[in-house]
Amino acid sequence: MPFMPVKFNLQKRVKLAQGLWMLYWFSVIAGILIFSLGIFFKIELRKRSEMMDDNESHLVPNLLILAGMLACGFNAFGGKVCHDSLDPMKFSKWKPMLKTYLQLCCGFNILLVLVSLLCFLMQFSVYLTLAEGLSYAIRFYKDTDTPGRCFMKRTLDMTQIEFRCCGNNNFRDWFEVQWISNRYLDMSNDVVKDRVLSNVEGKYLMDSVPFSCCNPGSPRPCIQHHLTNNSAHYDYDHRTEELNIWTRGCREALFSYYSSLMSSIGVLVLFTIVLESVDMAGLKYLSTALETMSEPDNPECESEGWLLEKGVKETFSDLLTKLKTLGRTNQVEGGDAPEANT
Amino acid sequence: MVVMKMKFPFEKRVKLAQGLWLLSWCATVAGATTFTLGCILKTELRRRAEVMDNQDIHIVPNTLMIVGLASLGINYFASKICQDALDAGRFPRWKNFLKPYFAISCFFTVLMLLAVIMSYAMKGSLESSLKVGLRNGIRFYKDTDTPGRCFQKQNIDRLQMEFQCCGNNDFRDWFEVQWISNRYLDFSSKEVKDRIKSNVDGRYLLDGVPFSCCNPSSPRPCIQYQLTNNSAHYNYDYQTEELNIYLRGCREALVNYYMGLMNTIGAGVLSIFLLQGSVLVSLRLLQTAMEAVAGKENTEIETEGYLLEKGVKDTIMEYLDPVLKFLLLKNQVEEGTAAATSTTAATPAPT
Repeated sequence: MPFMPVKFNLQKRVKLAQGLWMLYWFSVIAGILIFSLGIFFKIELRKRSEMMDDNESHLVPNLLILAGMLACGFNAFGGKVCHDSLDPMKFSKWKPMLKTYLQLCCGFNILLVLVSLLCFLMQFSVYLTLAEGLSYAIRFYKDTDTPGRCFMKRTLDMTQIEFRCCGNNNFRDWFEVQWISNRYLDMSNDVVKDRVLSNVEGKYLMDSVPFSCCNPGSPRPCIQHHLTNNSAHYDYDHRTEELNIWTRGCREALFSYYSSLMSSIGVLVLFTIVLESVDMAGLKYLSTALETMSEPDNPECESEGWLLEKGVKETFSDLLTKLKTLGRTNQVEGGDAPEANT
Repeated sequence: MVVMKMKFPFEKRVKLAQGLWLLSWCATVAGATTFTLGCILKTELRRRAEVMDNQDIHIVPNTLMIVGLASLGINYFASKICQDALDAGRFPRWKNFLKPYFAISCFFTVLMLLAVIMSYAMKGSLESSLKVGLRNGIRFYKDTDTPGRCFQKQNIDRLQMEFQCCGNNDFRDWFEVQWISNRYLDFSSKEVKDRIKSNVDGRYLLDGVPFSCCNPSSPRPCIQYQLTNNSAHYNYDYQTEELNIYLRGCREALVNYYMGLMNTIGAGVLSIFLLQGSVLVSLRLLQTAMEAVAGKENTEIETEGYLLEKGVKDTIMEYLDPVLKFLLLKNQVEEGTAAATSTTAATPAPT
């Protein structure tokens, strides 16, 4: 008893073939979109790899690029098959490949499910890498003369300007590190000597932030030094006043950017899975309808199409027995081998 | 004296019509592209409208948009005409339409070329508009509480950060204006009072620049105040050291950006102009070749096609004559009536 049978006459078959051809080309476009989003995501991760301490995982963008290319290939092949399906001569050369093709499509769908799961789950790993990477970035901000860290200052400044954020959790992270290099500190000055001696590690700490924390939208010229000292500035109270630096932390800002990117890519992949399943079902109907034509020479005869030849339960039990026989052939070979030895 | 005479056997006519049909659809897409390029340019100019004094430069994107829309219409009719051209029954209905159609098409095609020339010619106007606009922007930087100027500070800051520039000509423009509002100055402090008394207008001038002039690529934390005072900073020499603020002026940065944009757009529009011109030339040749076939029984004879029946000068006079006659005739009639009224006015006087 076939699963979900549908009767087809010539007109219905033609309409199915045409509709399926359009749907396959739409799926090719979806595949191209996934491929380009994978490349975009990879570029975005590499742009800020300094802030992720160079150990970010590129698994998700690589899988997206692979899935995009596979989707293009599979769907273009499916479109070609649909295009040739109404011509019995051309269709006969595609017929033997259809079973393997549908099995490959099934496997590809499982890969897409895995990719969409990863898109949502890997956001945690991105959060953790950002937290660690940003704290290192702030520590190495001043090392513009150390090879390998020369551009940390520029990267962090540009990130703070672009994402409108300051520091790791918030701007107070800058109070805990020395972000002015010793090359620019006058060590003979009393003020400098006091600050350096005031803490155990001998760091020049101050309650200031770099200029990239400044908010251009604030009406007041930027106050970036002596932030906690009310008397250093006219008409200034750091507790009540709206500070004219960014108060948001860069970890939160970067994470919300990456998580929204990954979530939208995940939603697109889910949509592609639905599209692929519809494609597969349509192709199965078309191929079975063309196979069961009662008079192969008369194109206008009626035929029946179905999704599965037997019912769902029977198909699954068939699959299981097939897998078991595969296992049993190994056992038989194992039985033969000891006999051959003896 | 016929311009560009060519022989057209039947096969060649058919090929010309088919090629023209394809070409006209390409030209339609090109027309839509011209419109889009005009829109892009207009959007980019409007984004920085606050630092521009006048809107004269907007004539370039406006012209591009008009030409783009017009070429959509021109090419639509071109494709329709060449579709009907090979059908001897349907072609004659276009007869009266073609003369004004060619006049209008030539006008708009020349307008396309003019738009490209204008984009180069208006560089001076753009520069002077930016000069005045930026000067005002820097002057009103501090007026964040004046309605209409609240966002001047934010605009100038974002402009300087995005285009990596400082001031109008260079960073010294900031030394000549008071860019810190009086609301944030402590007038009881001696330093503030000294600075204000040191100049005629009573402004608080200092040798500092806003934070948006800071260059993030510089290895040193930004020095934005007391730029000319070597002793205020450790290991700092204002004359020799590479300053860690942007040295380029914003006017130069913006002019370079817009001229680059207009050069790219101009190159594209120039190629679209050549495409459009070839469409019109082919259509004219097809029209003249088909007109020679009209009325004959055997439609597969060889005919001649040409661009202009008379020379260039004669054709221009032919088109302008109706316009001139209309004006001249009007003058003649007016003179006649003026003479008549003066005689009628003169005759009653002696009585």
